[in-house]
Amino acid sequence: MSTQMIELRGVTHAYKTKAGPLPVLDDLSLAIPENTFCAVVGPSGCGKSTLTRLVSGLMRPDKGEVWLHDQKVTSPRPTVGMAFQNPVLLEWRTILQNVLLPLEIVKSPMSKAQAMDRARHLLDLVGLTGFEDKRPSELSGGMRQRASLCRSIIHKPDVLILDEPFGALDAFTREDLWCTMHDLRAQEPFTCLLITHDLRESVFLADQVIVLSGRPAHAQYVLDVDIPGKRSLEDLYTPKAVAMLAELRHQIQVAQGRTPEAEAAE
Amino acid sequence: MSDTLRKIFAPLIFIVGILAAWEWAVWYNDLPDFRMASPSDLIPRYIRFWDLFLIKSWETLWRTVVGLGLAVVVGTLFGMIMGFSRFAREGLYPILVGFNAIPKATVVPIVALMFVGQHDFNTILIAFMISFFPIAVSVSIGLSTLEPEYRDILRSLGASNFTIFWKIALPKTLPEFFGALKVAVTLAFIGTNLMEIVSPHGRGLGDLFDSGRISADYPLMFAVLFALAALGILLFYVVVFLERIFAGWAERPQ
Repeated sequence: MSTQMIELRGVTHAYKTKAGPLPVLDDLSLAIPENTFCAVVGPSGCGKSTLTRLVSGLMRPDKGEVWLHDQKVTSPRPTVGMAFQNPVLLEWRTILQNVLLPLEIVKSPMSKAQAMDRARHLLDLVGLTGFEDKRPSELSGGMRQRASLCRSIIHKPDVLILDEPFGALDAFTREDLWCTMHDLRAQEPFTCLLITHDLRESVFLADQVIVLSGRPAHAQYVLDVDIPGKRSLEDLYTPKAVAMLAELRHQIQVAQGRTPEAEAAE
Repeated sequence: MSDTLRKIFAPLIFIVGILAAWEWAVWYNDLPDFRMASPSDLIPRYIRFWDLFLIKSWETLWRTVVGLGLAVVVGTLFGMIMGFSRFAREGLYPILVGFNAIPKATVVPIVALMFVGQHDFNTILIAFMISFFPIAVSVSIGLSTLEPEYRDILRSLGASNFTIFWKIALPKTLPEFFGALKVAVTLAFIGTNLMEIVSPHGRGLGDLFDSGRISADYPLMFAVLFALAALGILLFYVVVFLERIFAGWAERPQ
């Protein structure tokens, strides 16, 4: 028995293209303990989104195994919640109906009334009280993403997979949503795998940041973010955080094959 | 002016204006009614043939609606097959395009020979043939361009393909479907009338039109055109009404 919530063992995966197989992941191994918030960063096109599809069971790896909660993943499972860069709300439903969507698929012990209460409570947590009966087209991009987050955890998943959910938002909205994420986590525990391009985001949100190498990707570097207690945005400007960010930036450059030494040699 | 008042009066004002201009143009140019009937010539025709207009309109209307209904069912079915299977899409598309390109006026005599005497069936068949193409194409495009994330939010929870179709793909395609249906309504009318006029069998407004032609009653022919326009407007707004109910969410708030 391991205590890992998400575990990848020697995962190798390639896409079939016209020009032959395109390897994206190469012998990738990760272990994310229960209730840990893990951020994955890496150069563009290094297979980060592939990782989310493998962990959610939407795809199966060519080689290696994905384990969730000591069970091997072979197909999608209802204990996972997902949110993407595109909030993909269903425009013909109200915000409340959108949030409740997963419960129409997943069997849940919640009664209808309990589900409604929970949805309203989550919407309240992310600051969307009063918008329950609005349509997605009446909301701003940031508000839609908040609703999408509520939908991803309405069925109390134990694993939450976030594929750059804040990527398309403006800087202020993004920082707002980071804080919302912390509030949500304080309310209910879940293990989270966050894919992001934003190093500040990874340090602010995560307990553990994993840097993937260039394609085909393996885990190149793991950073334990040691900021105790409730985090605030000011924590990003302490010397400790600045040092962590510098290290992550350096690791990304290594992953891109763009270290100062390599560039000097050219 | 309030919105409702404008919606009622704006078309009325334009209709009256156009009819007046038409009446004036015929009077001013002193055109005989075999060259151009004027609106005032039409009213006696409506009064005289009112019963015929009602009967023939009904014949045209119900056959158009049945043909259109068939086009909706078959078109949606084809659209689904082509939307979900790339193989079927690539295989069926050229055939559908070719079929759609055949002028239906040439199909009418063939159909009339094939099912000789089955006038209602033949008429419905032509109405169907002419109107199912836009529906099939729009449904297939709507389904095949569904963003993968929409599928993934349900698939990642273990939903079946049918659930994904029912909860996401189908409602998401409705605006495109209704757009196509508005085109198809008019086309179905053309189909019905084509059959009624090219292969006369004594039914529908096309028959009344033909009677006008044979008896050299030109104002009657014009009167039939107006009756057709009225039916077309009626059916079109029925579709608009259904669209409001089923796809009203696609209308952005102003």
